[in-house]
Amino acid sequence: MRMLGRTAQNLFWLSRYVERAENMARLLEVGYRMSLTSRREGGASEHLVSMLKAAEMDEAFAERHEVADVDTVAYFMMFDPTNPSSVYSCLQAARTNARSVRTAITTDMWESMNGAWLEFSQIKPRDVRGAKLLGLLQWVRQRSHEFRGALLGTILRDDGFAFLQAGNFVERADNTARILDMKYYVLLPRSSLVGGEIDIQQWTLILRAASAHRSYGHVYHDRYKAHNIADFLILRTEMPRSLVYCAHFVRDNLNLLAKLYGRREACHDAMDDLLKLVEGTNMDQIFARGLHDFLNDFIDGNNRVTDTLSASYNFY
Amino acid sequence: MGENTPFDEMYNADGSVREPYRALSEWLAEQPEKGLALMQADAEAIFRKLGITFAVYGSEEGTEKVIPFDVIPRIIAANEWRKLSRGIEQRVKALNAFLYDIYHRQEILKAGRIPEKLILNNAAFCPQMMGLEPARGVYAHIIGVDIVRVGPDEFYVLEDNLRTPSGVSYMLEDREAMMMLAPDLFQRSKVAPVETYPENLRRTLESVAPAGAGRNPVIAVLTPGIYNSAYFEHSFLADQMGAQLCEGQDLFVDGGKVYMRTTTGPERVDVIYRRIDDDYLDPLTFRPDSMLGVPGIFDAYRAGNVTLVNAPGTGIADDKAVYTYVPEIIEFYLGEKALLNNVPTYNCTDVDQRAWVLENIAELVVKEVHGSGGYGMMVGPTSTKAQHEEFRKKIIARPDNYIVQPTLSLSTCPTHINNDVAPRHVDLRPYVLVGDEVRITPGGLTRVALKKGSLVVNSSQGGGTKDTWVLED
Repeated sequence: MRMLGRTAQNLFWLSRYVERAENMARLLEVGYRMSLTSRREGGASEHLVSMLKAAEMDEAFAERHEVADVDTVAYFMMFDPTNPSSVYSCLQAARTNARSVRTAITTDMWESMNGAWLEFSQIKPRDVRGAKLLGLLQWVRQRSHEFRGALLGTILRDDGFAFLQAGNFVERADNTARILDMKYYVLLPRSSLVGGEIDIQQWTLILRAASAHRSYGHVYHDRYKAHNIADFLILRTEMPRSLVYCAHFVRDNLNLLAKLYGRREACHDAMDDLLKLVEGTNMDQIFARGLHDFLNDFIDGNNRVTDTLSASYNFY
Repeated sequence: MGENTPFDEMYNADGSVREPYRALSEWLAEQPEKGLALMQADAEAIFRKLGITFAVYGSEEGTEKVIPFDVIPRIIAANEWRKLSRGIEQRVKALNAFLYDIYHRQEILKAGRIPEKLILNNAAFCPQMMGLEPARGVYAHIIGVDIVRVGPDEFYVLEDNLRTPSGVSYMLEDREAMMMLAPDLFQRSKVAPVETYPENLRRTLESVAPAGAGRNPVIAVLTPGIYNSAYFEHSFLADQMGAQLCEGQDLFVDGGKVYMRTTTGPERVDVIYRRIDDDYLDPLTFRPDSMLGVPGIFDAYRAGNVTLVNAPGTGIADDKAVYTYVPEIIEFYLGEKALLNNVPTYNCTDVDQRAWVLENIAELVVKEVHGSGGYGMMVGPTSTKAQHEEFRKKIIARPDNYIVQPTLSLSTCPTHINNDVAPRHVDLRPYVLVGDEVRITPGGLTRVALKKGSLVVNSSQGGGTKDTWVLED
């Protein structure tokens, strides 16, 4: 049976929203930990704001709250239905997409998604504070893993699979790029401290946001160095959240579509452009050019992949 | 029509168990304390997890609810079912013949058997359908006949749902759940399967594909979308049939043919099982403000390039005012006496009948002619004096807008209520498919009024469902 353009769109965004919910939870966890470790007056709030900036949510936050503290930021990122990127909104959007394409996903995937939404929507924000917040953030990540596991374990390897996988990894690439960029925002006001103790602490948190603080040691056998960490999250092909890994993953799934449908589309060219950014380069070149600019180019190129994919396969 | 002691389907008046319920009765007696309550909790968890929900319009908290499911099945004996299904088949054949006639030569009107005004001035009459030749002459392919039982051999048809009857997914899921919950009970009984419905639906739809369609016609289920109360059912049926689930925006008409928008371009559609009301089907032919439909789809249908299931305009045959003529209709087209009873219905536009109705309203059921889902109706014996007065005024103001029937004493079935078993009133909606042949799924959907004494079984009014067993000989 041929697939509706709308179905492809729903599948792509279903995966994106699940991944986004997971990453929102990670980002918030980092912001929360940063704020706990800040010893300076007002430092906690600063860290939270820079985290919001990296997620491009600082303006939306400022419209709703005057003070950035753990409670207001946690509410905004976890529960606020008016914040389209909150975990609440992401899970709701993912579940709505899943419901629209119930015939295109497996029962296991649906039950995982539906169960996650039903449980999460029952939680009252005031019951989730302090240590409980960390528990809930972990729960969000685990539900995302569960959904992905159901997907990998049960769905046919056809065009629907390719759209789901592409959505997942386009979103992940976007998030990794933003997490790295957060470092730029954090350090910008106090760049004199590069290499200092606080600097290392912050890099640790960046790694943690990518669930990479332990695997770093396995790869580099070295203490935290900005060069290595950026290398890890951008160029290492064995790191499943690195930009190059995500880009390869999306490419493979676009190639699957080209194979199934018997033709290449505009999105395949956009993908080639994106790959040029992360292949045949090294960290020295990227730092020489400026990390922030590089990340911006990557995010733009990644968005072009989504735009062209939407046009190529009749999303509407 | 026993007024005070309703017919119970499990127990005779002397307390002995009726034959079809023997295995169930034994099984009930063996259940440990709280056994049913545990089963009930399991059932609810299953349904919620699967997302088997319906939307209640106007309810404020979350729009999706799980329809209550009762863990005690309702049982119909083989000989009872044979009788019922013969009556149902007769009815749907006659109603399709009636629809063909109404949209062609209108012989029944010329013969004066039904008043012309009642049909031609009826909002459910669809003039755009005049002269159109639907595949195999079938208009109503998918039908849900609402039946109530008032005695061992007394069945009445309450209404014929010929537009887009819903609920069939509950019939299927109730069976699925029941088999999970009580496999031992199934082992002791020979229950006719209902799982054949999706396959039969597919065969029915294929059998009415337009002449130009290929060997494997492309079938789409057209849904108003995820916010519709029956969305779960739409996706469920599409999934079970292996058909495409479409919204209006997924389809378009080009050169008089219908296509869907796929990832690799347009694909021709042959048969559309549409779950969108006539009015919203095509903004070019019907309501121009409809966002749900497909512009031009009706012309494609008229041109014979696509089959719409059910056909537009079938509502003229299940209109509550036309309902009273169904025995007449059966006789006119089939030359047979109706096998199933109609409920006697009073016509409020008749002065004498109206006077009698107004006087006896406390004993009667009043229904809006175009109402459904239990909205806009009043059950006299369970309503207050103020409500009686309200409906008296309504009838006087618009006598043609209401039909009135005696309050039937619906049969009762044992039902699990608060860890106990108590009789509750039930009705039955068997599902009928009409295409190259008439296919009736044994059983149907049993709806049960969970409130003690209540006769209103609609899910929107606190009703639940039961798995319905037709025993095989």
